[in-house]
Amino acid sequence: MSADTTAATGATDDVTLYDVDNPAPLIEAPRKRTKKTPKATRGNFEMYGWLFMRLSGIVLVVLVLGHLLIQLVLDGGVSKIGFAFVAGRWASPWWQAWDLVMLWLAMLHGANGLRTIINDYAERDNTRFWLKMLLYTATVFTVLLGTLVIFTFDPNIR
Amino acid sequence: MATPVMDKVEAAAAASPYITATFRIRRFNPEISDESTWEDFQVEIDPKERVLDALHKIKWELDGSLTFRRSCAHGICGSDAMRINGKNRLACKTLIKDINPEKPITVEAIKGLTVLKDLVVDMEPFFQAYRDVMPFLVTEGNEPTRERLQSPEDRERFDDTTKCILCAACTSSCPVFWNDGQYFGPAAIVNAHRFIFDSRDEAGEQRLEILNDRDGVWRCRTTFNCTDACPRGIEVTKAIQEVKRALITRRF
Ligand code: HEM
Ligand code: SF4
Ligand code: FES
Repeated sequence: MSADTTAATGATDDVTLYDVDNPAPLIEAPRKRTKKTPKATRGNFEMYGWLFMRLSGIVLVVLVLGHLLIQLVLDGGVSKIGFAFVAGRWASPWWQAWDLVMLWLAMLHGANGLRTIINDYAERDNTRFWLKMLLYTATVFTVLLGTLVIFTFDPNIR
Repeated sequence: MATPVMDKVEAAAAASPYITATFRIRRFNPEISDESTWEDFQVEIDPKERVLDALHKIKWELDGSLTFRRSCAHGICGSDAMRINGKNRLACKTLIKDINPEKPITVEAIKGLTVLKDLVVDMEPFFQAYRDVMPFLVTEGNEPTRERLQSPEDRERFDDTTKCILCAACTSSCPVFWNDGQYFGPAAIVNAHRFIFDSRDEAGEQRLEILNDRDGVWRCRTTFNCTDACPRGIEVTKAIQEVKRALITRRF
């Protein structure tokens, strides 16, 4: 393509900028597949990711809906929620385990879902990489912080 | 008896089959502009004719510069997939009466591939994905002296995916492919399916491994756009799910 002469021809002639010898650049499709596209990678990471979305989804239906029911509907709705309510629930290992599993599954499920979305929409490899790094950092931080709180929660704190 | 005949002739003349339909075509010519524009054409045409006939009429009688691909004109070669009224179809299999000619009919190039001119796109990335799944029979050992026999049941297993004509209607209707051309796309998976489930073929494992890739079947989000688009009525999404299932059952 002889695109360098564009400005020269365009300046004197405002009827048309492009002609037979000087065609306009084509709009390439995002991340075109070519002969140089890397061949298949080994490993089953994507398969496990796909399976995990479905399996964690099934468990999340019970965990999340149960959580919403307890927090927002039963026994007076939101108005009952307070420090004492949380302290009361986390006194039982059952609810500790419930919240821990829900935290881990929801975070990993949500993070993997966002990873999919980033893979879909980030056009440039650089953007893709940094968005994913941001995502992983936020995920690790939230999961660790949440886990820490569940295990070290002190009902007598002042 | 003379009167009824007269009536018939008159009625036939009054009810001419021709209508005036507007075709709104997305034109792109890099030798004129770097932008594409919609151009309207009024065509006198029998609504029982096809969109391809209207395109011919425009090219031959109104504007010879209109550019599109077609070869067989009978839904077999797969060259004239285009986006008609926002849906991917073959121009040669779409009757004008079926797509409401009262309103302007929009015709544009299929999405996700580079437009070269008017309705012609660069199909190379599409065929590269096709080549990458090894769409040919792979066997080991000596060649038999007679045909490779197969039971009707074994043939039936992959019958649906043998019908593909590589028109790219499915791949260019897939939102994952629109955003990322590295994805193999439905058509490549359909053509891998055709060999993976062929009892005579011995490279199924290899093809499964290729589609187990980052850009393989796991990127499919089950939107069913491909199944809706396929002019051959192939259950494309189902074929993709069968490949996914084969990958999972192979491991466990
Ligand atoms: C309540 C039960 C839930 C079920 C049954 C469920 C199921 C699923 C499934 C099957 C997918 C994969 C979709 C695909 O591959 O096309 C998915 C994707 C996703 N999920 Fe969930 N999920 C649930 C809850 C959640 C929660 C609580 C979150 C947020 C933390 C979440 C965030 C996401 C995201 C961001 C995606 C990616 C979206 C996409 O692929 O388009 N989900 N979910
Ligand atoms: S599967 Fe159908 S839509 Fe896709 S390329 Fe083949 S014939 Fe065309
Ligand atoms: S021209 Fe051959 S499929 Fe339409």
